[in-house]
Amino acid sequence: MKRCAISDTRRGFIIKSASIAALYLTPSILVKAYATESVIPLPIPKEKLQLTINGKLFNLEVDARTSLLNLLREEIGYTGTKKGCEMGQCGACIVHVNGKRTNSCLSLAVTNEKLSVTTIEGLANGEALHPMQEAFLKNDSFQCGYCTPGQIMSAVTCVREGKAKTKASIKNYMDSNICRCGAYQNIVDAIYEVAQSGKKI
Amino acid sequence: MNQDELFYKSTMEEERVDGIEKITGRAKYSAEHSLPNMAYGVFVESRIAKGTIKSMDITKALASDGVIDVIYYENCPAIPGYSTDATNRPKNVSEWRGHKVLHDNVVRFFGQPIALIVADTLENANAAIRLVKAEYDTVIPEIDFDKLRLDESKLKGTNNYKRGEEKKYKQAAVFIEAEYNIPIEVHNPMELHATIAVWEGDDKLTVYDKNQGPRNTQVTLARTFGLPEKNVRVITENVGGAFGSGLRTWANTPAACIAAKKIQRPVKIVLTRPQMFTMIGYRPHSWQKVGIGADNSGILQGISHEGISNTSKYEDFREGLVNVSRYLYACANVDTKYSMLPLDLSTPIWMRGPGEASGCFALESALDELSYKLKIDPVELRIKNFSDINPESKLPFSANNLKDCYAYGKEKIGWSKRSKTPGLLKENGWQIGYGMAVGVFGAGKGVASVRAILNNNGTLVLETAISDMGPGTTTSMTRIAAEKMQIPLEKVKFKLGDSSLPPGPSQGGSGTTSTVGSAVLLACETVQNKLKELAIKFAPEFANKTVTDLLVENSLVQLVNNDQVKISITELLKIAEKSNIDITVTSTGKTAQELKFATNSFSVHFVRLAVNPKNGAIKIQQVVATADAGKIINYKTARSQMIGGVVGGVGMAMSEEAKFDTVTGQIINASLHGYHVPLHSEIPPTDVWFVNKPDNNMGELGAKGVGEISLIGVAAAITNALYNATGKRVRSLPITPQKLGFKA
Ligand code: FES
Ligand code: FES
Repeated sequence: MKRCAISDTRRGFIIKSASIAALYLTPSILVKAYATESVIPLPIPKEKLQLTINGKLFNLEVDARTSLLNLLREEIGYTGTKKGCEMGQCGACIVHVNGKRTNSCLSLAVTNEKLSVTTIEGLANGEALHPMQEAFLKNDSFQCGYCTPGQIMSAVTCVREGKAKTKASIKNYMDSNICRCGAYQNIVDAIYEVAQSGKKI
Repeated sequence: MNQDELFYKSTMEEERVDGIEKITGRAKYSAEHSLPNMAYGVFVESRIAKGTIKSMDITKALASDGVIDVIYYENCPAIPGYSTDATNRPKNVSEWRGHKVLHDNVVRFFGQPIALIVADTLENANAAIRLVKAEYDTVIPEIDFDKLRLDESKLKGTNNYKRGEEKKYKQAAVFIEAEYNIPIEVHNPMELHATIAVWEGDDKLTVYDKNQGPRNTQVTLARTFGLPEKNVRVITENVGGAFGSGLRTWANTPAACIAAKKIQRPVKIVLTRPQMFTMIGYRPHSWQKVGIGADNSGILQGISHEGISNTSKYEDFREGLVNVSRYLYACANVDTKYSMLPLDLSTPIWMRGPGEASGCFALESALDELSYKLKIDPVELRIKNFSDINPESKLPFSANNLKDCYAYGKEKIGWSKRSKTPGLLKENGWQIGYGMAVGVFGAGKGVASVRAILNNNGTLVLETAISDMGPGTTTSMTRIAAEKMQIPLEKVKFKLGDSSLPPGPSQGGSGTTSTVGSAVLLACETVQNKLKELAIKFAPEFANKTVTDLLVENSLVQLVNNDQVKISITELLKIAEKSNIDITVTSTGKTAQELKFATNSFSVHFVRLAVNPKNGAIKIQQVVATADAGKIINYKTARSQMIGGVVGGVGMAMSEEAKFDTVTGQIINASLHGYHVPLHSEIPPTDVWFVNKPDNNMGELGAKGVGEISLIGVAAAITNALYNATGKRVRSLPITPQKLGFKA
């Protein structure tokens, strides 16, 4: 069935790219520590990391194993970015890294050196909501709200990348983001509305 | 007729009152609180489904960087509620129901938490999981539902119901018999279940916990740890979906409390996605058999409905699997039989639409099948057997507007285009089919307490200890209060999600709106009466008046028959020398017998779909979701809930199935990759329509829930449409190309 084929490729791709990235990017000390099961891992030295989050410069010392998602949620306290699976399968953790949508659960924090991260907290301009947030509010594009930050971050790049011309192309692009409450129809309506408005987002 | 415009214009323009919090990422969910010195707990899981742990070596894990403790059966502190000895248990303690986490070396299901690693960081905790070594004595588990249900000796808790003659359907002019199979489905809310526990002193506990009832969690914890209820505070500000998984307290909650006490630090446990498949319940596997017969004119002569659903070996979990057949249609001869089949799995829990969703799949599929045999339109067949009274309790339905739903749905989906003979209608080479099915669920009203504080600036604060898992309870309650008080929505603040507020019910069984809504109405009424009394006592213009002469509206107290005689609330409270009015009320529900009515919500779903005859690909083209749920408090959020139910039903019909290795008992697809929930591109455009007639036989509020009925019936409507398109009947969910006769 086509239905399965789409998602299988999508998720398969995300998983594959994740493990490849992990292989290349994991510090060698980690590889050693994890090589044999029975060995007690050596303490992991902290790595220096400089990155910008929502326009603010951070100079951090982070555990090399920390994902960007856990850095945001557990270390810095930007809990707007959600954890739904930690396997690249749900989209709840999507943020923008240098403007590109990224599953933050699959990105080791230390690989974001000198990069610029935007989370849901950085989308609004002060108290003025981003047009996509306005559209989500108006179209009731959420229920529990847990998938919502990820949906909104994906929705923004969907429009920016020109993938929001038809509802069908919006749906394809947004298959990265699961909503278990089933707000899909209202999410697509919101994205389509923003795209049609021609507003620069 | 456009209902949006006629009835609901106002609420369509209203946004959720907690909307801005949620779309800006400010809303805090249970795992998102940060406490000083907080440690992280992660579970080590059993790698067998049944047996005992011979030994567990935790030394390496303990030596691992950052690990503070590894808690398991050998070193777990004694928990009062874990004791099986009732005579020695203090009065304020009850025995923990279900699996007592970290307590003994018995393994009851694959993936059971057998140890908790607590470390200073999540990374350090995770790194130590592999270092815990458990040796097992393994027993062969019983997992295979399809095989084991055939052995009568394995079944338990059999419950029979009969009215009229048993198996009467077999004597009917036309009858069918069929079996239905629904696999285990998993709630999979997007928010992972999580708990942060912190002890403030020896007998004072605060937990941030994901659940559908902070009050329920509070009582459970108090009675497990032997604490006064007031010393346990459960905070559940926002819930990222639950669909039933939050209706009881699972292992992560006591485990966090145990660890926090043992290491004297706050402890946070967040389940992983695979753990969401084994540690927080699921919709049980069910098998059903329906026999249904009618005379040639379509009048039902008999229904027999038999069902089995699985439970765990250590606990009973029953569902209303066969109950819908007793009361949805007029039929003199009905018999039902229900049993549980205990398996070596964790215990199931209600999942959206619970047993009724599984039961309606069978009954509504069977009726459809019967309609073809009778050559009667499936909607006609249902109308012929419509009942104004509940045939089981013999009480009249407080309201049953199913016929309105049929009429609207037929029109909207284009039912007249449906082919009476399956497989005839084609469009661009695809086969087109139309199907429909009914859903029904009880509409109860329970007990809830609400505190109302009316401030002298006219703002109203309402408080109750419930949680809102997403339907928009906060928004609906705000509206109920604003309407009753005749004040703008902005002046109402509804607070929930904290067990220290007056006790409210768990959010489940579609009962929140009617239960809490009625308590909110009562609270507002009580505030209004207090205001009237104050006015009579302190404001000279109302002297000698009685309460019935006065009304409260728009922050004013005035005379019913002369709105020129009035006083503002601010002024009134000032002369009465009060800063506010602060009351707490408790509203209670009535049983059906007391009400003299059977109370239910109903739904009818219509589906149009297309099937590719070359490969069995299915495109659901349109769904019309209609519901009779009394008065709709907020059209916008109720509509979203109905659409969400359809999405859930699409998952049930098309893809959701937890698959087991029946040898080891392990779920082999425990991830969102392996267990497929519907995605954006897979859901049909859905039109929603409500009867929207207040059901005042239920009470003043007149509202009933839509949470369950939004999903109940959807799967059958889809398989019925599939039959209409192809002539192939799928009675075992989910639908796969193989079940339609195609190769994988
Ligand atoms: S948490 Fe990253 S995709 Fe699910
Ligand atoms: S709004 Fe609840 S998961 Fe999307």
